[in-house]
Amino acid sequence: MSANGDGGFSADEMMAVEAARRLADGTVCFVGIGLPSLAANLARRTHAPNCVLVYESGTIGAKPTRLPLSIGDGELAETADAVVSVPEMFAYWLQGGRIDVGFLGAAQIDRHGNLNSTVIGDYGAPKVRLPGGGGAPEIATGARDIFVMLRQTPRAFVERLDFTTSVGDRVRVVVTDLGILEPREGELTLVAVHRGVEVDDVRSATGWDLRIAPEMKTTEPPSDAELSALRALETKGHT
Amino acid sequence: MIVPLNDAIRDLVRDGDTVALEGFTHLIPHAAGHELARQGKRELTLVRMTPDIVYDQLIGIGCARKLVFSWGGNPGVGSLHRFRDAVENAWPLELELEEHSHAGMAAAYAAGAANLPFGLLRGYRGGDLPAHTRVETVTCPFTGEELAAVPSHRPDVGIIHAQQADRRGNVQLWGILGVQKEAVLAASRAIVTVEEIVDEIELRPGGIVLPSWVVDAVSLAPGGAHPSYAHGYSDRDNDFYVGWDEVSRDRDRFRAWMQRHVLDTADVAEYHASLAAEMTAA
Repeated sequence: MSANGDGGFSADEMMAVEAARRLADGTVCFVGIGLPSLAANLARRTHAPNCVLVYESGTIGAKPTRLPLSIGDGELAETADAVVSVPEMFAYWLQGGRIDVGFLGAAQIDRHGNLNSTVIGDYGAPKVRLPGGGGAPEIATGARDIFVMLRQTPRAFVERLDFTTSVGDRVRVVVTDLGILEPREGELTLVAVHRGVEVDDVRSATGWDLRIAPEMKTTEPPSDAELSALRALETKGHT
Repeated sequence: MIVPLNDAIRDLVRDGDTVALEGFTHLIPHAAGHELARQGKRELTLVRMTPDIVYDQLIGIGCARKLVFSWGGNPGVGSLHRFRDAVENAWPLELELEEHSHAGMAAAYAAGAANLPFGLLRGYRGGDLPAHTRVETVTCPFTGEELAAVPSHRPDVGIIHAQQADRRGNVQLWGILGVQKEAVLAASRAIVTVEEIVDEIELRPGGIVLPSWVVDAVSLAPGGAHPSYAHGYSDRDNDFYVGWDEVSRDRDRFRAWMQRHVLDTADVAEYHASLAAEMTAA
């Protein structure tokens, strides 16, 4: 069902490649750990060598050779153009309007791109207490464009969030393991599927009645160059 | 000024205090946190942007009554199981939460350091958090823009780990600086653990110095950030973070781990020896 299969690459790799392709050279990216970090580092190693990686720990222009396990790994500071304090990061750089693209993930997303990374269930008596918003609320309103990366399941793509951690006004794209969603007239709409994925697969992985774009596209599988750059990052890293 | 860590914690931290152990993935004051657990401090309000393993330990062992935070996870790994158990099941105690965003926490610390009553930011917009936390809206008197106001952090005690202090107690830290300077300056009392005591501080690129007169106690604790790290002295122990997921998942296993490596050890040197002995036995 997912973009796994006989192509010889994983769903996560497909997601990282698709997100990376959308980063123009020179883009200033606010990245978190995991898939966003993989995507932004991949962009920097392929078509966007001047992509600026900003980690919320305060490292601006980090150029890690391996994927960091945490946003505070020493290599990020060692390779950064500048290291600033956390209050400065959020006040001068994010609130200051200097971030082009902010990446977010979440446990739940709704059709408007609103995200939940706080709780499953009731806030006062949660079924699952998640880590919480961290930087997300202000990234979602402070970065110019928001890219969301999330595996597509009915549990994650829900009609109604249990909690709204961040708002979806600036979400420009949602990259999933099945395809690509973009907002059309204020609602996330399926615009592309990964090779081997049917539109009905995506519908049944979505907890609301998913809008489908009339001109459906199929994403290009990762090229050899993309895959080898990706694997070089992954084998040196931890994730 | 330069005193053993157990004296510093005994003399400067009281039951019921609001305590901020800061460190944004780097320079996390684990040794000081362990000493809080050893001395059985109770009813603490713990403040931290990113309560990771050290707060998981303090919550799980019963030191905390309340947590003020913005992101409570095991970085790069997943959940904090002791934190979750406290919130979801009130084990071992009920834990009150005051939850913020990173930007809000950072503004609250900076305001505290500046002796202001609240931090100001363009934040908390549109989500559900404002209904569950201490944040209000204020109107800019010049433009009419509505902005978020968060009450400043004024902890009773601020605790950080740094690379160096000199013999008079001046402190230098460098690398990822997080919100540690603000945590010290916002607090009524401040404790700093350090990797090394040097005769003379040599300024490092990107380094900051906290003069001795804003710090109440400096304690030598080499390796005192473990499993976090001290840039220039140690590496982050990534395997420990991954392994903590398993250790902390089970209440009994967690308690046995804390007993063996923290409560039954006297200080940071014995803690490291105890971990090394376990590695050798495995």
